[in-house]
Amino acid sequence: MKKIPSRERLKKAVKADPLMVSFSFLALLLLLFVFLTLSYMIIVQVTSDFPGLIAATKNESVIKSINLSMYAGLLATVASFLVGVPAAYILARKEFFGKHVVESVLDIPVVVPHTVAGIALLTIFGSRGLLGGPLESYIQFRDALPGIVIAMLFVSAPFLTNSAREGFQNIDPRIENAARSLGAPLWKTFLLITLPIASRHLLIGSIMCWARAISEFGAVVMIAYYPMVGPTLIYERFISYGLSESRPIAVLLILVTLTIFIAVRLLSAGWRIYDTD
Amino acid sequence: MIRINDLNRRWKEFTLMDIDLHVNEGEYFVILGPSGAGKTLLLEVIAGFHSPDSGEIFFGRKNITDLPPEKRNVAFVYQNYSLFPHLNVLKNIEFGMRMKGTKDRARIEKIAEYLNISHLLHRNTYTLSGGEKQRIAIARSLVTEPDVMLLDEPLSALDPRAQDTGRKILKKIHTDSRLTVIHVTHDQTEARVMADRIAVMMNGRIVQVDTPEKLFNRPIDDKIAHFLGVENVLKGTVTANDDGVTLIEVDGTIIEAISDYAVGDVVYACLRPENVTLSKMRIKTSARNIFEGEIIESEILGALVRVKMDCGFILNAFVTRQSAEELEVKTGSHFIASFKTTAVHVVL
Repeated sequence: MKKIPSRERLKKAVKADPLMVSFSFLALLLLLFVFLTLSYMIIVQVTSDFPGLIAATKNESVIKSINLSMYAGLLATVASFLVGVPAAYILARKEFFGKHVVESVLDIPVVVPHTVAGIALLTIFGSRGLLGGPLESYIQFRDALPGIVIAMLFVSAPFLTNSAREGFQNIDPRIENAARSLGAPLWKTFLLITLPIASRHLLIGSIMCWARAISEFGAVVMIAYYPMVGPTLIYERFISYGLSESRPIAVLLILVTLTIFIAVRLLSAGWRIYDTD
Repeated sequence: MIRINDLNRRWKEFTLMDIDLHVNEGEYFVILGPSGAGKTLLLEVIAGFHSPDSGEIFFGRKNITDLPPEKRNVAFVYQNYSLFPHLNVLKNIEFGMRMKGTKDRARIEKIAEYLNISHLLHRNTYTLSGGEKQRIAIARSLVTEPDVMLLDEPLSALDPRAQDTGRKILKKIHTDSRLTVIHVTHDQTEARVMADRIAVMMNGRIVQVDTPEKLFNRPIDDKIAHFLGVENVLKGTVTANDDGVTLIEVDGTIIEAISDYAVGDVVYACLRPENVTLSKMRIKTSARNIFEGEIIESEILGALVRVKMDCGFILNAFVTRQSAEELEVKTGSHFIASFKTTAVHVVL
């Protein structure tokens, strides 16, 4: 009979590798940097100025701005889904001339400075812009919800598109072929087979997209200072009154969004991942 | 039933060139070729997943060249079975019926019983073995009452025991339903055992179409002979089975093997040529199969020499070049061929 190695020996074997030890240490630094920064802000707020936090939850303009952030972020995510998922499917399934160019263009928003994105969006959607001008009597972008959504869409769509694309690429095309030979036209195959199998990637992509939309400040503030989204309000309070007035809102915003993300992840944890094997 | 006229298609590194093929109604047709020959691509063109660059495909009198796959009424079973991972077994099987609006619970149960998967209907697909997955993929196609069944290397992903079962199931389905089947494989034994007719495909072309007997005895050129000429597959009838020791009559000669097939079964005795020993005279050996025969062909293949002997049946053997020289192997000379009972693999 083969002897099963003891737990101590297994541990030793893992410890022995200096690369993994040093990498673990560096990873720990990164983890602490992110975690401590955010948690320390929350701890300081709670311990030194808890009434300030409570006051923020009762302040109408704070609640309004956080609600607006989440609502506009949701609209931007829905819009990203409607245009991003089809793009992702084409990129995952088809080879065509200029595909690399298309891919690069779709990724540009990730690398463009957000104020630059804001200026560019204003040039198109501003009241004298290419589309904003002619559309002004029907829909207003400047200092209005549609402007906020457009700005969020611009910066956050790549996150959903890329995640969806990865999900689609992980699905063996032969599964779709099997569905088709069983009598399903392509659109039914997509809706009944491809989308459900990729659902986890789509969900994660949507959460990333929404998170990115809520956190957007630069592009949003250029096209719509008012109505104020969360980040704009935090910035305005910081400039006018300083850290003590802006931090409660920051803590509140992060608590609300974190709660929602954790809830969604917990709810979806029971989903099986189909598109990885 | 299926007619392919002058079909061409390029896709990635695969090419189909000037494919002309005729498959009869109810025929078990095997496309045999080395990997990379374009076999799967041809099957996918027939199913409609690829459209040909030129040429036509007919099902009966109907030109289906431009028909999308969902309108061809073709069942396609892939090597990896391509079950839908997010649906359980029953929903997988129902899928085609739902799409065609012919949902019929009784038919599903009948076919599930037929393929011995009734106990699996409520399982998730990721808990199944390869053989079970295969039977479910077959059931999923059969319930839709296809006109043609296309099988892409259906047995390759299975272990030898499951392959045996798989082969029997496919044969049984074909015998019972008289479905037209096109089966793609690189395994010549599989082709020989299953096929009514075999098309050999090499480098994107169909190079020979024949019955298994004709093809293996008379390949039309040396490339085909080279590709086919390795394993001995001898068709015979079991004449006795004593506790596993099986006597098989092949063209009037008795071969001894180990199997659990019963007297009267028509079987194939498979023997790798490297397991055959050649000698000038009868030597003392533990091998129970000893035959005298005349060499009718020999061919140098690198360090080996392939020798074709007539021992009442045709037997291929490999000898090293050195021993071929020492034994003075040449056409027309007489030799003793011997091999062990355990070297013979018997399939039905």
